[in-house]
Parts: sequence; C-alpha cells; structure tokens
Amino acid sequence: MKQSNKMSNKIVILKYNAGNIQSVLYALERIQIEAIVSDDADLLAAADKVIFPGVGEASTAMQYLKERNLDQLIINLKQPVLGICLGMQLMCNFSEENNTNCLGIFNEQVKKFTPLDKQQYKVPQIGWNQIKHLKTNLFEGIENNAYCYFVHGYYAATGLDTIATANYEMDYSAALHKNNFYGVQFHPEKSAAIGEQILKNFIHNI
Amino acid sequence: MNHSVNQASGSALAKRIIPCLDIKDGRTVKGTMFENLRDAGDPVELGAFYATQGADELVFLDITATVEKRKTLANLVNKIAHHINIPFTVGGGVSAVDDVNILLENGADKVSINTAAFKNPALIRQIAKAFGSQCVVLAIDTKQAPDGEWYVYLNGGRVATNVKCIDWAAQVANEGAGEILLTSMNHDGTKAGFALDITQQISEKISVPVIASGGGGSMKHFADVFTIAKADAALAASVFHFKEIAIPDLKEYLSNEKIHVRF
Repeated sequence: MKQSNKMSNKIVILKYNAGNIQSVLYALERIQIEAIVSDDADLLAAADKVIFPGVGEASTAMQYLKERNLDQLIINLKQPVLGICLGMQLMCNFSEENNTNCLGIFNEQVKKFTPLDKQQYKVPQIGWNQIKHLKTNLFEGIENNAYCYFVHGYYAATGLDTIATANYEMDYSAALHKNNFYGVQFHPEKSAAIGEQILKNFIHNI
Repeated sequence: MNHSVNQASGSALAKRIIPCLDIKDGRTVKGTMFENLRDAGDPVELGAFYATQGADELVFLDITATVEKRKTLANLVNKIAHHINIPFTVGGGVSAVDDVNILLENGADKVSINTAAFKNPALIRQIAKAFGSQCVVLAIDTKQAPDGEWYVYLNGGRVATNVKCIDWAAQVANEGAGEILLTSMNHDGTKAGFALDITQQISEKISVPVIASGGGGSMKHFADVFTIAKADAALAASVFHFKEIAIPDLKEYLSNEKIHVRF
C-alpha cells in the first residue's frame, strides 16, 4: 500500500478517562498517520477528523465528559468522528450499563448481552468475531465475514444506523453511521491488517 | 479455498492460537519443564512476526519476575505496543493494582497474575473493578498428583499447595477474572499433547474462557484441546519459536478439522 508522508489531515484522539487511547495512537503511527491526543475544545474543533476511543464503564465516562462539557462538544462536531467500542456506545441514546443517558447521536439503546446458551456465549464477549452486511466507505476493501477483535459485555441492536453486523447468538450492530458520525463496536487498533484498513479508510476515504 | 464460509463447529468466536514469549533480560526464552532455558530471539520482532503469521493474540511472560522480585519492564511493553497490531497480555511479578496500571498505560491489553492472586485473592476483584474483567488473565500452574487430583502450584511451579485446581479456578472466576490461563506442569515442555482432562473440567465447569497451555507438540494436539477439552484458546511456545509448527499451516489444519479459526 502506498503511503503519503505528508499529513493532509489533522487527527485528534479525544482524551478522557477511558483506556486504550494510547493503543489507538500507536495503531495510527503504524500506518504512518500522525495524530494528537487532546481534550482541548479549540484543537478538537479545528481537527479534520476526531477519534473517540474507549474501554471502560459508561456512567463513569459520561460523567467525566459532562463535567468538562465534552458531551456538548462531541455532539456539535461537524467533521467525521469515529467512536470505538465504549466510544460508539456513548454515541447512542442510552446504555443499560448503570442506566446511563448517553450522547444520543445514534438512535439506539445499548443493552447487556444475556445469552441463552451461557456456555457457548460467555459475557463479556472477548475475541475475534466476523463482521457482515458492510456498508459505507469505512469498509471499502473489507470482505464480508472479515474478523475483528471485540471486547464488550453490552451491545447496540441492529437498526437504521447499522452499517455492519456481528453475531453473538443474535445479530447486533458491529458499526453505526449517521451523518458525520461513525462508530465501531470492535477494536480496529487491535484487529491486525483488517483493522488497519478500516482506520485508513476512515482517515482517507471519509 | 474459501475461508469466508468457515463458520464451523458451532463455536461463537474463533478459537485462538496464542504464541507465548517467555522473557528474560529483554529476550525470549523457553524452558522445558520450567528449567533449561534456551534463547529464541527478540520479543518485539518475534511478536510482530507472529502477528503477520495469523497469531490471534500474544502473551509475554517475564518468567524471572516473581522469583527475583523484579517488575516487568514497562519499556519493553511500550515497545511491543508500538509494533504489534493484535491484543497482547503481559505477566510476571504483577502483585498490585499499580503494577497493572503501569502495564496497561504502556499499552498492554491484558495482564496475567498468578502467585500474587493466590496469596491475596482480593487483588483479582480490585484489578477487575479498576480496569475491567477483560484485562485480568488469571494464570494457574497445575500438576496432577499420583492420586489423580490436580493441585495449584506457585512461583513458577516451585511451590506446591494443597488447593485443588478446579476449586481455585471457580474462585478466581467468581472474583472477576476475565480468562484463565491453565498450564499443566506434567505436560509443559513434553510436546506430548495438552492436558485434556483438567482443561475440559475447567472449560465445562467455569464460566470464563480457558487458554490451555503446556504440551502442544503437533497440530492434532491443538485440534484435540479445542474439540475434546473445549478450550477457547491454545498457547504454545517452542513449537512456534523453533518453527516446528507454522501458524498458517496450523490454522489450515484446524479449519479442515471443522474448527472455527480466524484467517
């Protein structure tokens, strides 16, 4: 794959009290994309693209965002935004994780996995699962049934904003899209070559 | 060949193949029966190579850490995190929430704990509460006694306990461990196959994923540990380090055996 050393994009990774922020930064480094980690309102507003990562718990993260007015800042962003894992879930209406009101960008509720077959479907889901029904340029060049790395105990159901699904006893949203907002439930930063392609697509094709 | 229709054997998630890199002084080593160390290269380079070969995760264990009271080098973890595009676990000498914090901050996805958790089981819950169960890999070294029962061993297998492996596994799952990394000392280094007996007991009775470790020597051993023992993942070291089994060949074999693996 051809790489450009020139940075035409200013990428800002939103800094907040969630894990895995460094992992996203390192993943971008590996594909020669410069990014900064910041919670500065001016820097975020001036960014060409914003990444909203996250591993953590919904209510704690929302409280942190609200205390700093980052919740309002995120929903008013006009540039492409990519939420990852908890970041995607926080972009939904509501999460059952400690009954948390979220940002309300995607018209979805986030629910806890309650599988009938508890031996086969352990919660949280940790591991490599397949993504299907891929839509939008975010998945350009990605084949149906490609494997991505998932770590989550809560999920968004499939709905109008769904642009990819995964199956864990039932289909759920592996990715969501509305206007300038994108969200992925899996971790592209840990999903080997497939994940790198998805990050490149977000940076270069959206 | 069509890998995309490979949704076999009814398992929800792909069974994982995990090379383990034992680290000493910044280099990978592998002991046979926990002794007799051999040098198998630079951990960062080797880890990146395995990632391109299709390894699903990596485990880095600082094998001397517990004994020498030495903390796993955060710098090495940070270097690994920069170079590797799949999840990785770091272990060795983790004995406090702060140790975990340092490793996660440097880019580890999961941390494995062993002896310290046995001595202070509350540590498991503390770590799970602070960082989530998904990052807590509880490592158990076990050995089958002449009476057939499996017991927990500590300090890299040097200290015996009278606690049964199955009881300890149930307790750690209850305390919030996200996964169990089960190493059979009877099998480790033998290349005679994984411990199907205890692995199956734990896979079937305990609600968290089980990573089987110790004894993987042939591709059939891997198939057996997934199909017979119901392990979620299989970990091995020397067979990968010394190129006795190539990961792409192993996955091809498992796929042909109708075992759900990632390509």
